[in-house]
Amino acid sequence: MNSIEEKEKLLEIKDLKKHFKLSRKQTLKAVDGISFDIYKGETFGLVGESGCGKSTAGRTIMRLYEATEGEVDFNGDNVHAKKSAKELKSFNRNMQMIFQDPYASLNPRMTVKDIIAEGIDIHGLASSKDDRLNKVHALLEIVGLNKEHGNRYPHEFSGGQRQRIGIARALAVSPQFIVADEPISALDVSIQAQVVNIMKRLQKERELTYLFIAHDLSMVKHISDRVGVMYLGKMAEVATSDDLYAEPLHPYTQALLSAVPISDPEVERTRERIIIEGDVPSPVSPPSGCRFRTRCPHAMDICANVSPEWQEHKKDHWVACHLYNE
Amino acid sequence: MSKLLEVKDLSIAFDTYGGEVQAVRGVTFDLDEKETLAIVGESGSGKSVTAQSLMRLVPMPPGKFAGGSIVFNEEDLVEKSDKQMEGIRGKDISMIFQDPMTSLNPTMPIGKQISEGLIKHQNMSKKAAHNRGIELLKLVGIPNPERRIDQYPHEYSGGMRQRAMIAIALACNPKILIADEPTTALDVTIQAQILDLMRDVQEETGTAIILITHDLGVVANAANRVAVMYGGKIVETGNVNEIFYNPKHPYTWGLLSSMPKIDGDDEELLAIPGSPPDLADPPKGCPFAARCPYAMKVCENHMPEYTHLSETQQTACWLLDERAPDVEAPESAMVGGTKVHE
Repeated sequence: MNSIEEKEKLLEIKDLKKHFKLSRKQTLKAVDGISFDIYKGETFGLVGESGCGKSTAGRTIMRLYEATEGEVDFNGDNVHAKKSAKELKSFNRNMQMIFQDPYASLNPRMTVKDIIAEGIDIHGLASSKDDRLNKVHALLEIVGLNKEHGNRYPHEFSGGQRQRIGIARALAVSPQFIVADEPISALDVSIQAQVVNIMKRLQKERELTYLFIAHDLSMVKHISDRVGVMYLGKMAEVATSDDLYAEPLHPYTQALLSAVPISDPEVERTRERIIIEGDVPSPVSPPSGCRFRTRCPHAMDICANVSPEWQEHKKDHWVACHLYNE
Repeated sequence: MSKLLEVKDLSIAFDTYGGEVQAVRGVTFDLDEKETLAIVGESGSGKSVTAQSLMRLVPMPPGKFAGGSIVFNEEDLVEKSDKQMEGIRGKDISMIFQDPMTSLNPTMPIGKQISEGLIKHQNMSKKAAHNRGIELLKLVGIPNPERRIDQYPHEYSGGMRQRAMIAIALACNPKILIADEPTTALDVTIQAQILDLMRDVQEETGTAIILITHDLGVVANAANRVAVMYGGKIVETGNVNEIFYNPKHPYTWGLLSSMPKIDGDDEELLAIPGSPPDLADPPKGCPFAARCPYAMKVCENHMPEYTHLSETQQTACWLLDERAPDVEAPESAMVGGTKVHE
């Protein structure tokens, strides 16, 4: 792998915030100031438990949600800046999304052919009807489906096949960047591997950049070059995936990794597990200071008062934790 | 050790508009006292229907027993009337479900849901049942049980609801606890807590557990024995070491290969091509034949018999027939690298 300096930044996320107003008094701070870069051609894995804000982060990066504060620079261009309809359209073409639920994310009243070609039509990428059809057939083949499948409706397909249709739809407009929000969580293990292999192959062939959102840490490790761990709207740690799994710094990352059951009974019997107590606090009223302190085995006095700084502890390994302050 | 439960040749079918779906097709297994048996398989493999049928929770119709027996306490549960089943459900055999939000009654305080069984099966007074409820909540690690017992499910978090459901299931000291994907809806850190809790509870109460799951990590963590289901049949069964270190069925190999290893490197995952069979029109032979890289002619038309590889391990695969070519498990299915199993 190339060293990170040589890599070009595709996305720069700077202090991004997304707050939802629940009532006059309550605000849900789903994403509360996260900063990281995504390099061209890499897969950035974003993990965390339910309610940590990882999906909101993905959607805000794509401008499916307007950001409350902060910036997302895509090729040096602020995504959330004021844009004309035309600018927005060309931007949308470069960023696509694959959704978690392959049952809910395909329109049941459209044929597969029309679902895949929707982007082609919107962006006027086909010169004629034949061209359009050829493009769709090529896409179907790329994701391992047959030409004939184009005339069918989504309900005729299994979950894994539907997810392939979702991938073909995202690819139709030749994007540079794809946000995949838990693309395999709804699939069976043997089918998950099929979809992950397709995504990896396409990345190589088309120099795609992925933001891969998931809660399955072993799959994230497998597919990602770098991984970010979120907890209650904040980034806890970002590192290359090898580094993160070999030497997790944040106590939350350590607990998260140690909680994943490994499919090896011998290992499971002997290994020491860090079990963190309690549940994730409500993001509507998060704890003061460090948000993990209420469940952290290493919590100190300072953690309750001061929010830890986001710092580069070693090269390319970022962490927000008071344990690593000088 | 005496057998607590013996399931023989159990078949369950459903009448649907698309024809008869044979969800479970001749499943045989047994359960010892105090052990944890994991049933693994993909969606549609019949694992949940098998589990539900043990409690006679499969709605009939459209479901029906197409054969076989479930022997518990020397009596066949298939023959029991609904009324008789009521005396067994929740008392001798109880169940925890995947989704704690939809399986708890939202209009009833948690305490009342625990006492229900105690009052019915053990003729406890309301007061005694209430006190036992507090004890049970304490056992499953719910803080402040005296206050929590009067709360409703929506006031509990996901992990706590699952704990409460375990408390309800354990109320009458059941001999068998059936856990249908008990941690699938939970986050990993909460999953670790619940698996720990189930182990502690088993040690304390000695209940046998049937664990239904698709997660091999959970199996490795919690099970003593494993049954691998595919297409409505058990294709391989063995103790946990045999299944992970010495699997013989190509489907088990496929399952183990398609799991990414957390300490492995990033070579391509070995996916199982294709998708599971349609049980409205089940294949005549081995259900896995269509996806099996080693499939032979015989596999398509004849279901293989079980080969007994050890006292505990049985595998239904034609590759184990003496006339079949020698096939080694692929390297990707080797758990823990070169570990040799004695």
